[in-house]
Amino acid sequence: MAETVWLFLGLLGVLTFASAIATMLTWKSRRTAEVLPSTLVNLNSRIKAWWIMIGGISVAFLFGKNGVIFLFAFVSFASLREYVTLTHTRRGDHRIIIGMFLVIIPIQYYLLWIEWYGLYSIFVPVYCFLAMPALTAISGDTERFLERVSEQQWGIMLSVYCISHVPALLTLSIPGFQGKGLLLIAFLIATVQGSDVLQYVFGKLFGKHKVAPKISPSKTWEGLIGGIVSASLLGAALTWLTPFSVLQAGLMAGLACIMGFFGGLVASAIKRDRGVKDWGHMIEGHGGMLDRADSLIFAAPVFFHIVRYFWAA
Amino acid sequence: MVLAGLARGITGVRPIWQGCAPSDRQRIFFANHCSHGDFILLSSSLPPRERQRTRAVAGADYWKRNKLRNILAKDLLNTVLVDRNWVERSEDPMVVMLDALQEGSSLIVFPEGTRNMTEEPLLRFRSGLYNLAVARPDVELIPCWIENMSRVLPKGTFLPVPLLCRVVFGSPIALEPNEDRKEFLQRARQSLLDLSPEHQKALNHG
Repeated sequence: MAETVWLFLGLLGVLTFASAIATMLTWKSRRTAEVLPSTLVNLNSRIKAWWIMIGGISVAFLFGKNGVIFLFAFVSFASLREYVTLTHTRRGDHRIIIGMFLVIIPIQYYLLWIEWYGLYSIFVPVYCFLAMPALTAISGDTERFLERVSEQQWGIMLSVYCISHVPALLTLSIPGFQGKGLLLIAFLIATVQGSDVLQYVFGKLFGKHKVAPKISPSKTWEGLIGGIVSASLLGAALTWLTPFSVLQAGLMAGLACIMGFFGGLVASAIKRDRGVKDWGHMIEGHGGMLDRADSLIFAAPVFFHIVRYFWAA
Repeated sequence: MVLAGLARGITGVRPIWQGCAPSDRQRIFFANHCSHGDFILLSSSLPPRERQRTRAVAGADYWKRNKLRNILAKDLLNTVLVDRNWVERSEDPMVVMLDALQEGSSLIVFPEGTRNMTEEPLLRFRSGLYNLAVARPDVELIPCWIENMSRVLPKGTFLPVPLLCRVVFGSPIALEPNEDRKEFLQRARQSLLDLSPEHQKALNHG
């Protein structure tokens, strides 16, 4: 696919550009100051991590559908691990938690792989929703029951169900767009992650008025609006990856971007409640997998269902 | 090696060198004990050179009870087995541990003596740690708090749940002049408790 090649050449260009600027800034600040400012250190490690993440995604794309499903199963695994680490679990939950990792993740992604929409879209919200509290009740430990059960449900919904809607885009059959599902995934990831970066940049440059000062000091109206507008433009510029018109692509990107913002906000609220700054330490400079995936978690299911309703056959 | 890799893959373990740095000195690491995975987790968070000369001290009465356990403990994990049973024991645990130190090994000990199944963060310490401190004042005693392993692999289960773990290494402690057994053990226990997340949280907010 020529489009994929162009896309990765484009990404390579953007990353090289970012690395060049960061190197220049580092070099300049080395001459004037003994210690690098922490923002710059963080920027450097963030860019380095982006190289690795883009590398990982590219390799998955080379393997097509199997690669993408495997990649997101891994993202689910890493996210769920970070999530469960922060929740309150008791000894009686041991088997349920093992089941979340060893049963629910494989089944959800297997159902995706065989493209059984009727089951993969309800497996978690119906069957797991009912089975997990039942099994927890059988274990007999009622201490903080509702809290434990709800936390498990949330974990599965966020880290498995919602994330699995990214590779689920492959199962849609869109007239005139057959076999190009990977491009749609690339579009979603590029606009959502791009808008994260753009919100960060606009926030750092112009940020003054905080959206939710109690939850996150780094989320500002200036960053949000700048991010949405620029991500919509980015989406419109990436129309060639999608079955959308230019206007539709811009709107879809804007929507994904707003959902992504909510995802980041909810994730921040959970982290604040648990008294941590990051979900984990897997990705240097970014924090954990969930710190990177939180926006995708909220954007993917909505994006998926809108595409399915309006475009899929 | 394989086990260490596996442990890191499952728990993404992160060593936090809070009170000391990895070194080539001979050391005794003492840690809280909740799970069979503790020793593997602790040793896998050491740098390879230090890991290779570090052996765990384990209860012979438990690990010699059947063949499989014996092979696991002796040949695979190269543990130092000591008998916890006072009456029937054949070898003095102190002699066995001192022999291992004499060979140049570093040791991992769990001074609670058994896996902690209570709601208490840490049980009372046995006196072995004090005896080691008296016999080998040249060896550094390092408290290590193992976080979350009790949730990864609780007693009585054999499938680990993948959760993120940390091992916090504290500042070395040594026996002070005129310090008796009880005082020393109390201080050692406190130095380990100080590394626990509850305590660290209180420090950050307080």
